[in-house]
Amino acid sequence: MPVMNMVQALNNALDEKLGADPDVLIFGEDVGYFGGVFRVTDGLQAKHGLTRCFDTPIAEGGIIATAIGMGAYGLRPVVEIQFADYILPAFDQLVSEAARLRYRSNGEFWAPLTVRTPYGGGIFGGQTHSQSPEAIFTHVVGLKTVVPSNPYDAKGLLIAAIEDDDPVIMLEPKRIYNGPFDGHHDRPLKTWAGHPMADVPAGLYRVPLGKAAMVREGRSVTVLAYGTMVHVALAGIEEAGVDAELLDLRSLVPLDIDAIVASVRKTGRCVILHEASRFGGFGGELSALVQERCFDHLKAPIERVAGWDTPYPHAFEWDYFPGPARLVAALRRAMEY
Amino acid sequence: MDNLPRLNLHIPEPPARPGDHPDFGGMKLPAAGETARPDVDAAEPTMRDMPFGMIRVLDGDHRAVGPWDPHLDVDILHRGLRAMMLTRTFDDRLFRAHRQGKTSFYMKSTGEEAIAVAQSLMLGARDMCFPTYRVVGWLMARNYPLLDLVNQIFSNAGDPLRGRQLPILYSARDYGFYSISGNLGSRYGHAVGWAMASAYKGDDRIALAYVGEGTTAEGGFHEAITFASVYRAPVILCVTNNQWAISSFSGIAGANETTFAAKALAYGIPGLRVDGNDFLAVWAATQWAAERARLNLGATLIELFTYRASGHSTADDPAKYRPADEALQWPLGDPIERLKGHLIAIGEWDEERHAALQSALEEEVRAAVRAGEAIGTLGKSKPELASMFEDVFKQPDWRVIEQRREMGV
Ligand SMILES: Cc1ncc(C[n+]2csc(CCOP(=O)(O)OP(=O)(O)O)c2C)c(N)n1
Repeated sequence: MPVMNMVQALNNALDEKLGADPDVLIFGEDVGYFGGVFRVTDGLQAKHGLTRCFDTPIAEGGIIATAIGMGAYGLRPVVEIQFADYILPAFDQLVSEAARLRYRSNGEFWAPLTVRTPYGGGIFGGQTHSQSPEAIFTHVVGLKTVVPSNPYDAKGLLIAAIEDDDPVIMLEPKRIYNGPFDGHHDRPLKTWAGHPMADVPAGLYRVPLGKAAMVREGRSVTVLAYGTMVHVALAGIEEAGVDAELLDLRSLVPLDIDAIVASVRKTGRCVILHEASRFGGFGGELSALVQERCFDHLKAPIERVAGWDTPYPHAFEWDYFPGPARLVAALRRAMEY
Repeated sequence: MDNLPRLNLHIPEPPARPGDHPDFGGMKLPAAGETARPDVDAAEPTMRDMPFGMIRVLDGDHRAVGPWDPHLDVDILHRGLRAMMLTRTFDDRLFRAHRQGKTSFYMKSTGEEAIAVAQSLMLGARDMCFPTYRVVGWLMARNYPLLDLVNQIFSNAGDPLRGRQLPILYSARDYGFYSISGNLGSRYGHAVGWAMASAYKGDDRIALAYVGEGTTAEGGFHEAITFASVYRAPVILCVTNNQWAISSFSGIAGANETTFAAKALAYGIPGLRVDGNDFLAVWAATQWAAERARLNLGATLIELFTYRASGHSTADDPAKYRPADEALQWPLGDPIERLKGHLIAIGEWDEERHAALQSALEEEVRAAVRAGEAIGTLGKSKPELASMFEDVFKQPDWRVIEQRREMGV
């Protein structure tokens, strides 16, 4: 099986879907001739033609509105928003239109679009190239939100998203596009080579939306993470030396509630890790769900490790970014409660 | 029905790609002096041809010709040339600093220096510019301290914005320079609001805003012009058409269908199209629009026709999407060379003085960079960590207080 990094796996998924389904088309800022600023659509225009993969005006609202119209016609548009920070000009189209088209029209129309967008920090992108906006999407009923943490899942989730008849937002962790990392900013990225999840099969396979992955089994505490934070979690668990179970949620909506409940009932402790700022973040929803469904099994308060409640500051990226040390402290607090 | 053609989807493409010969042959450029100059208080319906002409003052022999010649003092021409040269020198030096790992990011304005410099010198100290990342010339023209720019770029302990912004996203209120946002087009409307506030207060200040041609596609651009038109806001709305938006040529923003200045027509405000590499033309058009604004005649849209001679940013390699020598073929030349040529033509400059000024500017920039490096380059020196939690709100709320404590600062 070919070893791929996440950018290559995503490119491969798009390539295969373009080849297999004439109703799939790709557009977004700089995605055509140039292949996207992160190179995810590299070579697709040359291979599949101008009308299958093309550049758009810089108009995020226009991109999403156009994709909704195409989806309503019967196509399966896959659009790129260059940075997740720039999805906000398209927010109204996503929230008021894409999310509710099926419901509002009594099932007459729907919007099977896939929105791909790089998210997250750790690349010195400053406050407008670093955000993790998942919570604002998961709050909107009618949108699906997925976040891969490795090349294998990235390809399988993207194919599943494209084939899904609902609007799906895929947040791509740009920090680990080229290789996983352990959350320590003073060490280089590890190559994906040798990583089991970098073996990406050819052909169309699916990672179903709504299924968490068990990254690591353990008995004493459950760690919930997704995207880049899965790798930080692994480093933190190792550093803390605890028998932790790590779930990679992969899909936030639909959420694999059964996997979460089963794990927390088994371990009796739960630590949630995400990069977005804490207040009103997705960790709050996870915490409430665990509390509602596992209260009798909890041996310690649920812990949340997250970004601070400030905008992402350029000079302090690595103070903002939740690293293994903060997870270690939370794991210790949970274990010693 | 059967006789109708099948519909097909049109995707525009630029005239030349890497490996092709740059092709500016289809470009219609009026000669210097050819485009008429309406009176500033002329009614908008009488100037609907303006967006299809081009205001140009400097001719092929570097002479100032035609109705738009602003007849500038030699002193201003010298200040303009100096600020443009300083801008380019600074850009080149800090671009190299990025390559040396001293900062995370840089963007140059090479080829576009006349725009920001002429407009900065033309407008008053109390007016407000709503800038983009490509108009550092505005600050250069107003003698903003170079060291402060360097410190911001290095995100070091001397950074006037305390490490919060990406390098070059400056803010300099005292220099009439509003905070730059990374979100394209998001501040065009702020300029209109600021100008409306000035009108509401009975003040005499006006605003000027920039977007690139790519950004004219954003909804915020159209919303801002609508407000500017409806309320006759005293604002100058500029589009720097430098032909490229990262890898996308101006046709992706609609340039094949009409000019960017012509966007003004549907909103009923004047739309001027200006040779953006001609310092005198930029000055004259800005002066015209500023006079209109100050006379309560409302907003003007100005397309500044230019060329982005360098890459989009340090993250970009333009040779991947356009002919490598396209910048050299740009028919409107280099703005610095043209102003220099003009000063020489009128007997106010020579090659020796030019070379001496260039080395003086290089030394000035080198000194500023050295001073910035002494404070620290990216990661080697930082503002106070505690400052990360300041200015989130005017008064910190409990979350900020608790988290600051948690971090131990
Ligand atoms: C809302 C938004 N969308 C996308 C981006 C990413 N982006 C940064 S610069 C740029 C191109 C801008 O082109 P243009 O407006 O022509 O200005 P130029 O860079 O050519 O001066 C893009 C797409 C952004 N910063 N903000």
